[in-house]
Amino acid sequence: MNPFAEYAIAFLLLLGGAFTLIGAIGLARLPDFFTRLHGPTKATTLGVGAIMLSSVIYFTARGDGIGISEVLITVFLFMTAPVSANILAKAAMHIGVKTMDGTEGKPWEQ
Amino acid sequence: MLDRLSFPQPWLSLILFVTWQFLSDGISGGSLVLGLILAWAIPQMTQGFWPERPSFMRFWLMPKYLARVLKDIVIASFEVAALIISPRKPRPAFVCYPLELEHPLAISILASTISLTPGTVSADVSDDQRLLLIHALDTEDEQEVISTIRKRYEQPLLEMFK
Repeated sequence: MNPFAEYAIAFLLLLGGAFTLIGAIGLARLPDFFTRLHGPTKATTLGVGAIMLSSVIYFTARGDGIGISEVLITVFLFMTAPVSANILAKAAMHIGVKTMDGTEGKPWEQ
Repeated sequence: MLDRLSFPQPWLSLILFVTWQFLSDGISGGSLVLGLILAWAIPQMTQGFWPERPSFMRFWLMPKYLARVLKDIVIASFEVAALIISPRKPRPAFVCYPLELEHPLAISILASTISLTPGTVSADVSDDQRLLLIHALDTEDEQEVISTIRKRYEQPLLEMFK
């Protein structure tokens, strides 16, 4: 395999792994429910995106054709992440989860 | 009766059909038939959930918007990652964002964009669809959040759905 492709794959795998790890750390470290929502919708999205991209490069460099299913997985992930975050936020507001001290503004009631 | 056999959302049906061909291992008779069935059944089942179609939409502006969002997702991920690792506490805030967009589809695109981009998650839309409640992870100034979203995302969407 082309060494450039190998470096690119290794780099993207590391990047993806790092972001996924940081997303998990954020889930444990951030102080309240609403701030924890931010981890999975962003850091992890890029993490999975990078891993998928490395998979695309791997299969393309091996000559198996471009991996369209990886692209589809990424698209589905980008479409579903905001929806799940939104539903989680709504549910949390509905049952009145406490926000951390120093949060400005308030969730509304309706 | 004939209603049941039609394709109420032709574009959605086409996208579903093509997506199914990509998902299955190579195009075969079976994948074509199953793709057709899915392209017919899914729009039929979800018909009640779709908002009214916008009267006019500038589709060709979409790629530019998507490129901008993709770039912002990458930047946002680095910012959030840095904040998670740094020892200082985040300064979260709930921000009420007054919507200029009116079409439900445009609002849901904006809300999804907000959830994916720098430090913000959209939490709720008010019942009259005029306000969007946003949770910002780390912000000092509410107005800044609002003006950034207005400039970067809502203006292009307004142009698209005018």
